[in-house]
Amino acid sequence: MSTHTLSVLVEDKPGVLARISGLFSRRGYNIQSLAVGPTEEVGISRMTICVSVDEFPLEQVTKQLNKLVNVIKIVELEPTTSVQRELVMLKVRADATVRSQVLEVTQMFRAKVVDVAPDAVTVEATGTADKLSALRRMLEPYGIREIVQSGMVALSRGPRAIAANR
Amino acid sequence: MTTARPRPAPRSGAPTEQQDAEAQPAPRPAATRPARVDPTPATGAQALVRSLESVGCDVVFGIPGGAILPAYDPLYDSTLVRHILVRHEQGAGHAATGYAQATGRVGVCIATSGPGATNLVTPLADAMLDSVPIVAITGQVGRKMIGTDAFQEADICGITLPITKHNMLVTDPADIPRAITEAFHIASTGRPGPVLVDLPKDVLQAQTTFSWPAEMELPGYRPTTKPHGKQIREAARLVAQASRPVLYVGGGVVKAEASAELMELARQTGAPVVTTLMARGVFPDSHPQNLGMPGMHGTVAAVAAMQKADLLVALGARFDDRVTGDLSTFATGAKIVHADIDPAEIGKNRVADVPIVGDAREVIGELTAALRASDAATPDLTPWWNQLESWRETFPLGYDEPADGTLSPEYVIERIGKLAGPEAIYAAGVGQHQMWAAQFIGYEHPRTWLNSGGAGTMGYGVPAAMGAKVGKPDTTVWCIDGDGCFQMTNQELATCAIEGIPIKVAVINNGNLGMVRQWQTLFYGERYSNTELGTHKHRVPDFVLLAEALGCEGLRCESKDDVDRVINEAMAIDDRPVVIDFTVGADAQVWPMVAAGTGNDQIMAARDIRPLFDDPEAGGADEVVTTVEEDR
Repeated sequence: MSTHTLSVLVEDKPGVLARISGLFSRRGYNIQSLAVGPTEEVGISRMTICVSVDEFPLEQVTKQLNKLVNVIKIVELEPTTSVQRELVMLKVRADATVRSQVLEVTQMFRAKVVDVAPDAVTVEATGTADKLSALRRMLEPYGIREIVQSGMVALSRGPRAIAANR
Repeated sequence: MTTARPRPAPRSGAPTEQQDAEAQPAPRPAATRPARVDPTPATGAQALVRSLESVGCDVVFGIPGGAILPAYDPLYDSTLVRHILVRHEQGAGHAATGYAQATGRVGVCIATSGPGATNLVTPLADAMLDSVPIVAITGQVGRKMIGTDAFQEADICGITLPITKHNMLVTDPADIPRAITEAFHIASTGRPGPVLVDLPKDVLQAQTTFSWPAEMELPGYRPTTKPHGKQIREAARLVAQASRPVLYVGGGVVKAEASAELMELARQTGAPVVTTLMARGVFPDSHPQNLGMPGMHGTVAAVAAMQKADLLVALGARFDDRVTGDLSTFATGAKIVHADIDPAEIGKNRVADVPIVGDAREVIGELTAALRASDAATPDLTPWWNQLESWRETFPLGYDEPADGTLSPEYVIERIGKLAGPEAIYAAGVGQHQMWAAQFIGYEHPRTWLNSGGAGTMGYGVPAAMGAKVGKPDTTVWCIDGDGCFQMTNQELATCAIEGIPIKVAVINNGNLGMVRQWQTLFYGERYSNTELGTHKHRVPDFVLLAEALGCEGLRCESKDDVDRVINEAMAIDDRPVVIDFTVGADAQVWPMVAAGTGNDQIMAARDIRPLFDDPEAGGADEVVTTVEEDR
């Protein structure tokens, strides 16, 4: 089993997310993460779907996805030829005695503090899943009160774009 | 013995045009299907009916109710769309399927919101698995009520998401013509399938404008119909090299209307043809190259041919588990050419050496042309045919007369096939009678054999036959049903009687859920848990009386000597539906059989008789040995 990243252009219509997530669960495939948002074209959304499957079922996944009437295009993005990012926000226990240490870690990861309270700071970071879990490990000793993490979004490297009209 | 009871008073058939004119207030004068309509004011409901008219729909099967009621008002005026009032929405759905399978046109069913819509779930799932082009139109609660658990609200789009090719909730009345256009287009193109259009009540009531044609907006829907030339040449190369080829023909060839092209390909290659359950009739059974049906209850010759083939050319077939048996032992020596209009079917169950995405008619036509153009020397198929003929002669389809003197169900079905002939349409339920009807009726034409292959929907038969008869009113339509299946949907006989749809129903009444009972006999130590229906022991219901109560002619046949006479009697009645209760023995079994979970090499020609063509020590494909095994 290996993780694959699919960039899927879909019509921005009600129920599209249900169609896609339903297809994955119905056919026994596990979605690791899914992120959806608008694109440069009005009425078209892009989903970035991370799925862990073998090579052969991946072909079935993409073929079945392509059969959905609202799905316009599917491209698999390789880690080496695409930029892949996730966003995390961590609320860390940090009173005056350890705050400077927490800020030091934050700076090392080029993360930033987006909220401060007398006994906590909230850190925001973007990066690959590896980098974000490293940040999390570094902050864990101080006590993490809450985490929220986005699904991965990804874009191919270089000048070419995945366009809906091709 | 045959019981002919006094006939009910003759009733009128379908309403005549004159009656229509009298009964209906001022029908619209334009009884044509205009190719172009400039924007005119209309309600959503009027836009729906005019869209159905414009798209070419001539009949809908349905039941009105609260949310869909606005649509029924303009439908009352339509002289182009006939509405057939069914007795249960499931009947509407299967009738639409039967209509579509018999005619090749899109079948349409209509239901109200909530329970009306959910009653369409089974026919939609059925049509999905058998790739039947139907459009379901459902009412929905008003837009403001959606999501409030309103009276008769069901999220039918959510419910039918996995069992429709596509579905849509229309929230703007101006979108109705486009929605209907898209629904018919999606249902009937590419790999056909069911499409559901959900229409909130206030969308139907709202004022809008109707214009035709409506432009479709389907940027993500582009079925590939034209096969890739390189793949065709590669397939032709494999066919030309094969010494044991088999043409594995599925329902896609029926849907592509490619039986003439298939005949040409069969001529060109000289290869044996097997026709799956969904493809019976697309290649004539009388043709010497037709080995019959493959699969769990296929002929030994068809199953063995596939197992021993060096090339399978799959045309509009999907390597269903009922055909392949255990996949790991299926046709292990065969290369695979797999042509299908649905790319997701190719490589799903069996890896294809040559995948071809395209419409079966174009694929078959181009493959034949490529073979004709090729000057490569082709292997002599004579040894292969000698082998095939020996299987065919050693293990022909057949049945034994019941030892207890009861009527043989196979004989009854065989005689119906003989007397009604290959021009008739046969619709079956699901179970033993379905398999016998697939085996013992000789099919010569596509779209004459209708059944629920993928879903195995008991109760499919009567409403599907009704739909087929509506689509093909001049053709004799028989429903071969079981006593279990018949009790699920026979209420549509009332529809048939009132609407003038004179189908003929042969209830193969063995008093049991026969196929389940057969499995209990073979695999559950003859413990008959809940398979006896009491239709023999208690004669409940009495099918003759039931038929008459439903406005049909009811006949009964209990002995072999009466079979032809009763069938002929039924054939002579054409002013109302006929039901024959064929009281047959309970112990007849469907053979040959590949037991579920085993490989096709384990096929049993009859109980305890297994052809041993899988033993390399015994000479492999060149020798056929019959063995009688002591089982249990």
